[in-house]
Amino acid sequence: MSAAEEVVTEAPAIEAVPKRAMTLGLGTSVVVLAALIIAPMFVKNFIIFQMTQILYLGLAVLALNILTGGSGQFSLGQSAFYAVGAYTSAILMEYSGMNYALTLPIAGVICFAFGFVFGQPALRLSGVYLALATFALAVAMPQLLKLGFFEHWTGGVQGLVVTKPDAPFGLKMSQDMWLYYFTLAITIGIYIASLNLLKSRSGRAFMAIRDNEIAASAMGINVALYKTLAFGVSAGITGVAGGLGAIAVQFVAPDSFTVNLAIQLFLGMVVGGVGWLPGSTVGAAFIIFVPNIAEGVSKGLSGAVFGVLLFLVIFLVPHGARQVAMMAQHLLGKLMKKN
Amino acid sequence: MTAMLNVKDLRAYYGQVQALHGLSFALNEGSLTTLLGANGAGKTTTLRAICNMVRSTGAIEFEGKPLAGRSTENVVRLGIAHVPQGRGTFTTMTVEENLQLGAITRGDSKNIVSDIERMYAHFPVLKERHTQQAGTLSGGEQQMLAVARALMLRPRLMLLDEPSFGLAPLIVRDLFKILGKINREDKVTILVVEQNAQLALELADQAYVIETGRIVMSGNAKEIANNEDVRKSYLGY
Amino acid sequence: MELFTNQVLAGIATGAIYACMALAVVMIYQAIDHLNFAQGEMAMFSTFISWQLMQWGLPYWWAFLATLIISFIGGIAIERLLFKPLAKAPILTNVAGFIALFAIVNSLAGLIWDFTIKQYPTPFGSSPFLGSQLISTHQAGMIGVTVLLLVLLFLFFQYTRIGLAMRAAASLPESARLVGINTSWMIALGWGMASAIGAIAGILIAPVVFLEPNMMGGVLIYGFAAAVLGGLSSPLGAVIGGFLVGVFENLAGTYIPGVGNELKLPIALALIITVLVVKPAGLLGRPIVKRV
Repeated sequence: MSAAEEVVTEAPAIEAVPKRAMTLGLGTSVVVLAALIIAPMFVKNFIIFQMTQILYLGLAVLALNILTGGSGQFSLGQSAFYAVGAYTSAILMEYSGMNYALTLPIAGVICFAFGFVFGQPALRLSGVYLALATFALAVAMPQLLKLGFFEHWTGGVQGLVVTKPDAPFGLKMSQDMWLYYFTLAITIGIYIASLNLLKSRSGRAFMAIRDNEIAASAMGINVALYKTLAFGVSAGITGVAGGLGAIAVQFVAPDSFTVNLAIQLFLGMVVGGVGWLPGSTVGAAFIIFVPNIAEGVSKGLSGAVFGVLLFLVIFLVPHGARQVAMMAQHLLGKLMKKN
Repeated sequence: MTAMLNVKDLRAYYGQVQALHGLSFALNEGSLTTLLGANGAGKTTTLRAICNMVRSTGAIEFEGKPLAGRSTENVVRLGIAHVPQGRGTFTTMTVEENLQLGAITRGDSKNIVSDIERMYAHFPVLKERHTQQAGTLSGGEQQMLAVARALMLRPRLMLLDEPSFGLAPLIVRDLFKILGKINREDKVTILVVEQNAQLALELADQAYVIETGRIVMSGNAKEIANNEDVRKSYLGY
Repeated sequence: MELFTNQVLAGIATGAIYACMALAVVMIYQAIDHLNFAQGEMAMFSTFISWQLMQWGLPYWWAFLATLIISFIGGIAIERLLFKPLAKAPILTNVAGFIALFAIVNSLAGLIWDFTIKQYPTPFGSSPFLGSQLISTHQAGMIGVTVLLLVLLFLFFQYTRIGLAMRAAASLPESARLVGINTSWMIALGWGMASAIGAIAGILIAPVVFLEPNMMGGVLIYGFAAAVLGGLSSPLGAVIGGFLVGVFENLAGTYIPGVGNELKLPIALALIITVLVVKPAGLLGRPIVKRV
């Protein structure tokens, strides 16, 4: 045995979500879906806009859930992929007049490639080191976007304005409402595809790598391929989310995509429940609404209030919304038994 | 004679899985007892439960004091030393630092120094290597270090979990001889968990046999060793 | 060639800041196996406390000492109140806790002392050191204090009982408990020490970057990077890492075209990551053998 080595038996850093808890039950899903479809008809446009925000930020959190909760790779750099997706959509829409819907798959593919490529050097890093590397990416992105070299396309510091689309086929609904349903459809599609991915062979490979990389590779799993694949998929979905965000907000600028966004997405993942896809929207709602609430409580101390609220959440439910859902399920089960 | 360690109706759990199903036994002061059984029978779990390292119910009393609710380190401070499976050596620290750590809760620094010398007398090979990193020692040497470290506590009860694991037979013989010496001369009560039943029964006064979380046999070590049926059914030889 | 040497020396001078911060980072990492993202903010808050004490009339060195004690106790208090309850929670939840702490401390500092930049005194003066244009007396003082801290930490860990106990608790917590060490309190102690070291870092850094609530943002990242570069288990590595990061940053700014102030950080990080890809345990870190 050589001197000065530390032998570590690795416990998985990221806990697995129990299989039967991975999705909402069929009944719950139907109820939630119905609510999502009906709700916009009863609320003002601004609320609809916020609901759209929750959906596409939820997509970004979902992407992070696949990467971290699924394949066990940390990322504090999702804001970079989000930015690339947003700018791709904006540039395509404004400079080549492309239809907004078409820009999304392109944004997705470009970001997939970007993520896949980034995943390569990331292979040799894990844990803290990977967190630092992705963090560097997030810090670099706004600076890269401001570079004079790209200014012709990116609009430099001022960014680009994006035109909000009208509802198609002359449908009688507001732009916000149309965008909401459009986003909802894409979100549901990606959600279902992601669930299938996690249940598939690739998904199991991801999770094997998350739980014990050495054992996974000893079992013949091509760890390098699946890790970079996870990065690519995660980046791709984040890119689509970015594109949707650009369209919804009608604007892209470098300072919208700072490290702050990456940290917010991370918090969204934790609050929603790491690796629990349905929690992604709960996490997104947290990061959209709680800062506003905090500012409402005290303008000068908004950061402190936010921190306190965050602490409250993680003290009460360290496993995030998934824990709440399980407690609710448990309660429901008990109530049913009594009857 | 009241028992030094009194275990009543011990049930232990790993998460939802129950590993011990109501164990009861007692250790008399000055005795050398061995706990035998196959893999997975619950021997290690028993030792861990005594030190409150697993979730358990039931009553454990040491010298009349209940152990329930105490943290592991507080159980240890009562005078119980535990040499865990795999030895738990601090591999990145030197041999001497490991011994010093054994005595870290003691206040009498002069005696600690003389105790370290006594350990070197028991285990000369440790003296040879006392500035070496513990991780560079062989398996047998690390086991001796683990026992020596436990003794540095000046424990009244010593728990050992499979000390013979991975060691050559001759080394195990030497180790067990030293354990016997410690039991007789230093008056340390010993409970040793073993898979190597034959050697353990030669060493011990009392023996218990565990199977799937329950005690199935108890009694004088020599009688159990001489009982062919018991040996064949439970101990495999 | 002369430009190169000058930039290297200047880098070492600024690197002292990162070295000091990196020491605090390694201290915490040894205790809890994580990087505490709020550490920079805690250091900043401590520095503000020392500033406030001086505003109230306390001489520099008394304020320094009082701040060290307050920071030590504060670090322990934060750990006991906020992070001990999270001990059994998943790692990522703990990281969210660090982020929450960051937000709280930063916001509180902004409210109490506002965001205007304040001057902070140095006990070393800021004339050129030994006549050199590149290193001021303050920077030399920083290097000196950092090295002194390093030596004190070394002596503490190698030659005191508590230091030995802390090393044991960090190395193998279960075995540490089996020799009677209260590992929970060792963690609290680690937090206290890291907080005090962070205070020293902040007090040394403030004269250079000026005192304001956001002063530690960039410094903390560089501190992390330096600690990681040095190998997270080695205080000496952290200090060397700090100096190296200072040099990297300076050389990148000087020699790579188009790299303004904003890109220095990602480039420095990229350089560090490159080193890690080649030597994953860092320069002085212990190679970690992973067992399945």
